[in-house]
Amino acid sequence: MRAMVYRGPYKVRVEEKDVPAVEHPNDAIVRVTLAAICGSDLHLYHGLMPDTRVGHTFGHEFIGVVEQVGSSVQNLQVGDRVMVPFNISCGSCWFCARELYSNCHNVNPNATAVGGIYGYSHTTGGYDGGQAQYVRVPFADVGPVRIPDWMHDEDAVLLTDAAATGYFGAQLGEIAEGDTVVVLGAGPVGLIAAQSSWLMGAGRVIVVDHLQERLEKARTMAHAETLDYDEHDDVVVELKRQTDFLGADVVIEAAGAEADGNLLQQVTGTKLKLQGGSPVALNWAIDGARKGGTVSVVGAYGPIPNAVKFGDALNKGLTLRMNQTPVKRQWPRMFEHVRNGHLTPRAMVTHRFPLEHIAEAYHVFSAKLDGCIKPLVLPDAA
Amino acid sequence: MTDPEIPSAYVRDKRPPRETREQLRARIPGWGADLDPADRPSHPRLHYAPGTTGAHWDFPERQPERQPRERSIEHAFVTPVFGTAQPLRGVSGAIRRLAYRRFSEGRLAHWLLLIVGDRVDAWSSHLRSFATLHPDNPVTETGVRAEFTHGGLRSRRGRSDARHHVLDPVIVAGPWVAGAAVTYTGVRRLVRALRH
Ligand SMILES: NC(=O)c1ccc[n+]([C@@H]2O[C@H](COP(=O)([O-])OP(=O)(O)OC[C@H]3O[C@@H](n4cnc5c(N)ncnc54)[C@H](O)[C@@H]3O)[C@@H](O)[C@H]2O)c1
Ligand SMILES: [Zn+2]
Ligand SMILES: [Zn+2]
Repeated sequence: MRAMVYRGPYKVRVEEKDVPAVEHPNDAIVRVTLAAICGSDLHLYHGLMPDTRVGHTFGHEFIGVVEQVGSSVQNLQVGDRVMVPFNISCGSCWFCARELYSNCHNVNPNATAVGGIYGYSHTTGGYDGGQAQYVRVPFADVGPVRIPDWMHDEDAVLLTDAAATGYFGAQLGEIAEGDTVVVLGAGPVGLIAAQSSWLMGAGRVIVVDHLQERLEKARTMAHAETLDYDEHDDVVVELKRQTDFLGADVVIEAAGAEADGNLLQQVTGTKLKLQGGSPVALNWAIDGARKGGTVSVVGAYGPIPNAVKFGDALNKGLTLRMNQTPVKRQWPRMFEHVRNGHLTPRAMVTHRFPLEHIAEAYHVFSAKLDGCIKPLVLPDAA
Repeated sequence: MTDPEIPSAYVRDKRPPRETREQLRARIPGWGADLDPADRPSHPRLHYAPGTTGAHWDFPERQPERQPRERSIEHAFVTPVFGTAQPLRGVSGAIRRLAYRRFSEGRLAHWLLLIVGDRVDAWSSHLRSFATLHPDNPVTETGVRAEFTHGGLRSRRGRSDARHHVLDPVIVAGPWVAGAAVTYTGVRRLVRALRH
């Protein structure tokens, strides 16, 4: 089969690989029909995630058709069209039993601090991902769900991570009616977080980024106010000014470990790798929130420490909430929101690349060329 | 109501919202649909629901371990299911194995060793690829072609991050250039030595 393969930082290509085999009785093999590149894949692509091995196939956002099932699989049949949460989870450990599907203890021998994720290095379990023609899906009775007939494939693929994470980010914010919500990052995650904040009763939503097409999307798709951080010498002061010097009731950090806006932090964190990525957005979140407010972090950070302004968080009495998204827990309610048009994941798709052009796809998304917001990958369109 | 000139943060009143519920509902599709915390799937935070996950086992059957699988020493054992994508091998494998065997996830050394393993892996893989029919090609594999097909210059106009984008080619190509320079001087010295 054809599969995306990592060759080292900033280098990927397509290679011929063996079709994955059933390795456990509850495995399924899924033929991928549509995949996507996530902002999180960029952290791998830039070499920021420890134990990313050459030869690894990325991709944790994918949908497809069940091609083969192991002997104990009961809920899926060959031929089913399925969407697969990015988390691999057993359904039976202490954490899964409490619906913390992103924190499963039975699927990742390499680390206890993070669960299993498709195509996301050996630090999350060493599973090849879905930017390929076929993928091994462990615990087929737990993760995958048949795609409802009414659902568009492009909505389905975004629900496997980006959209679910935006919605989860808003949930973690514990938004109360009338709250002012600031969203840092107008990528796919931030845009859905902004849309979701309204559903949870926000009175104002302000989205911060510096890419014009994305800010435009935040205004049109998410009905939000926007703030271009390139236009302000100090974003935190601007946020204070705009919130009557209170700060935001809730800040959702949807930028992650490669946040920009401070050249020194960006270069030491992501280029020279002297710290575990850049803490710029996290620190803006802490300093931009009002005292007693909530900071919800869905932007991804790796295991290496960062220069985070923890003292400010303490002195302000902030509530910090964060996790990898337990995707499947979000779905029933999100399906309703997508069906009645309250959430519009596929409105963010700007690019569709054949798998064979994977190197260009990564470069365009990484450098944010050509107004790219969300790139999809088509495994069969050679 | 206190003096409207004084910002909210300095007075006790909560200012009236800018828009009413009705205005928000009229402007934003679905506004308030999830206002009731019961409608938010994250409530309650720890929701004990073991019967609903799809699992029909108490503890999963164990996936056969065909070769010794590295694991975090914070785990009691190799988890019943695990990925087999790229087993440890070579020098990078030895470095990574040491990181897993010796240091827990709580130790910075664990992660720094893994990063060293990653760089050794990348470099030895590049070198090894030159002995195959499919050598690494820094041009096609970085996708820089997209700079021409997807508006490299146009897309960056006025963007602050363009300042550090100039470092990307240095990070990617720098070691290649340095490698070529070392090889070139090495070969030259050798040629000179042979001539004398
Ligand atoms: N928690 C989870 O389960 C989970 C799931 C998916 C993605 N993520 C993470 O969420 C983050 C966003 O993902 P995405 O797919 O939207 O990525 P993306 O790269 O498309 O978007 C990130 C956006 O943040 C902006 N940005 C950078 N620095 C900023 C700053 N200081 N302030 C405000 N905005 C800034 C960028 O310009 C960009 O538009 C990533 O870190 C990703 O790894 C986490
Ligand atoms: Zn992701
Ligand atoms: Zn589990």
